[in-house]
Amino acid sequence: MNSVLFYFFSVLAVASGVLMVTRRNIVHSAVFLITALLATAGIFLQLQAEFLFVVQIILYVGGIMVLFVFVIMLVNLDVSLHLMQFNRQKFVASILAFVLAAQVFVAFWLGRNSLSVQPARLMEPKNTEAVGQALFQRYMLPFEIASILLLVAMIGAVVMAKRRV
Amino acid sequence: MAAQIPLDHYLFLSLALFTIGVVGVLTRRNVIVILMSIELILNAVNINLVAFSRYWGTVDGQIFAIFIITDAAAEAAVGLGIILAYFRNRETVLADEMDMLRG
Amino acid sequence: MNHLIPPSIQPYVFSVLYGIVIVALLPLLAGYIVLVERKVMADMQARLGPMRVGPHGLLQPIADALKLLIKEDIVPEKADRFLFWWAPVLSVTMALLAYAAIPFGPVFQIADLNVGLLFILAISSMGIYGIVLGGWASNSHYSLLGALRSAAQLVSYETAAGLGLVSALMLAGSLSMKEIVQAQYDQGVWFAFVVPVGFFIYFVGSIAETNRAPFDLPEAESELVAGYMTEYSGFRWALYFLGEYANMVVVGSIATTLFLGGWLRPFARNHDLLWGTSIELLDIVPALLFLGVAAYSFWTARRQPVQIQKLVMVAVGALCVVLAAVMTAALFASPAVMQGIHGAFWFLAKVFGYIYVFLWVRFTFPRYRFDQLMRLGWHFLIPLALVNVIVVGVTIVLQQNWEWRHPMLAAVATTVIMLGVAAFLAQEEKQHQESMPAAER
Repeated sequence: MNSVLFYFFSVLAVASGVLMVTRRNIVHSAVFLITALLATAGIFLQLQAEFLFVVQIILYVGGIMVLFVFVIMLVNLDVSLHLMQFNRQKFVASILAFVLAAQVFVAFWLGRNSLSVQPARLMEPKNTEAVGQALFQRYMLPFEIASILLLVAMIGAVVMAKRRV
Repeated sequence: MAAQIPLDHYLFLSLALFTIGVVGVLTRRNVIVILMSIELILNAVNINLVAFSRYWGTVDGQIFAIFIITDAAAEAAVGLGIILAYFRNRETVLADEMDMLRG
Repeated sequence: MNHLIPPSIQPYVFSVLYGIVIVALLPLLAGYIVLVERKVMADMQARLGPMRVGPHGLLQPIADALKLLIKEDIVPEKADRFLFWWAPVLSVTMALLAYAAIPFGPVFQIADLNVGLLFILAISSMGIYGIVLGGWASNSHYSLLGALRSAAQLVSYETAAGLGLVSALMLAGSLSMKEIVQAQYDQGVWFAFVVPVGFFIYFVGSIAETNRAPFDLPEAESELVAGYMTEYSGFRWALYFLGEYANMVVVGSIATTLFLGGWLRPFARNHDLLWGTSIELLDIVPALLFLGVAAYSFWTARRQPVQIQKLVMVAVGALCVVLAAVMTAALFASPAVMQGIHGAFWFLAKVFGYIYVFLWVRFTFPRYRFDQLMRLGWHFLIPLALVNVIVVGVTIVLQQNWEWRHPMLAAVATTVIMLGVAAFLAQEEKQHQESMPAAER
């Protein structure tokens, strides 16, 4: 059951990832990215990271992607549907990307026996509490830095989107 | 129980998503699709972090994943802000037409 | 019955059954909420409302549903077919998925997730896509404007509503819906009375999230025809409608669980017994209520002009008698059954009460302008919610450290502080508006 879930979500994620990159229509791209993100959320759930599953859906799917769709609808030009979708270096770029992927793949393949095959026996039974404890004790400083990052990003976005500065 | 899936399968899945994202960043002309491909790359990294966190039995990986999501949110906000500002001035969202500095 | 089911699927049997019951009953429920809405509206406007189909229009929802099902399904020529077809389905699916974690009673719950509340919020935040994608796919300006308004509105008000919920969450100390209700039982008070400001923020936020008046700008008929639904007709339109009303029940359920004590009956800690029996005095209230409605139905049945209407009225009365009998029988059953049935009754009663207030608000307040809506969200509700979270947090810590046990004392203190903050924010807003040049006001 568990492995069925994993392979289902994997195939879904990869397939929608491919569709996202190749679609002509940006809105369709966004929809497939949302599917890929949801499939990833499913994999988080299968890894028993419930809190991250929910965070992924609320923040990524319910927040960031809404922003994307919003901007797409503001700037979407029907003209752009008929233009070339890929740039001139597309062949070189894809070949290089696949070479990179092949390198990493070989590295993973050679080292796969050194990875632990069994998952750890027991995570803390309450995932949310465990994450909260770690976040507000051991990772307090990074957490605060992240909040400052968000503040900076917020101010930056407001300044950027303002009509007249 | 999650005993049957070896850890390297998660790594390969994440590698596949990462590659798709890289191809998207390098080949598409539309800036919004490029930004979305970056989101896909970040997402691939998250899969790795959470898988390791599960197999090592600690939550540290998940904490890093949360930070990455925070990062993605910041990046999306600023990036989309820039795109909106640029679109208002130049009426284009294509990366290779953004060449105002070229002499 | 337990030995009939193989043990490997036993944990899933009841979940699947509950799921089927909910999916089967929800469209009917939504239809009758619409009828109640029209009736309340008619009453507030001193007219009768639907009267023709069935006595007092009781069969109107069924007639409406039939009409919608056999209506032609029009797809605009330049629409994006793929998304145009899937958007309403998405909208309904997300609304229905949220029911997986809602506890209708101590036993009547599909899954008690340990992140239950966050799960519901996550799922309902995805409902936006049904609206946004549907509006975009219609390829019509009205639809697109409605969709964009809706996206902006939902993102803004979700923040405020979520922060409103946080204050109750801090009191409960858990994200599991069941444990939140249990915490209210243990502390002996509904959280609405402890954090009334949080409840108010969630109430306003939930009206905006369900796109209802006075925040129904995405479908404001005087400005945008029907907003994102303009190009939809027939069955797909009905799906949107179903999604909207299912969402109302979801936000009602969240509010009930977090603020109104979930399935707990009022005065749940009062165990006074009915004289001479082992039945608690307050447990006979549901049965009495149903008997009252039954008596009224039988009484009006005589005055119905047409034979068939008399029959329907008698049937309604009979239904109420049966429900009263069930409520009474539950008193003598095992505690689990009794808790289940009465819990479901109280839960649904509270949810419908919440929705009823939605209806009042809808027929009382004029619609907001879009900039007013945004200003209310960002300049008033969100700061208020943030301050509320801090004040409630401080109060909880003080309570724990000073043995300041009585919860209502804290409630009064926080509420007074929060009212001060609200007044301050309102004052700021007013000055800000007056200082603006007249053209931008």
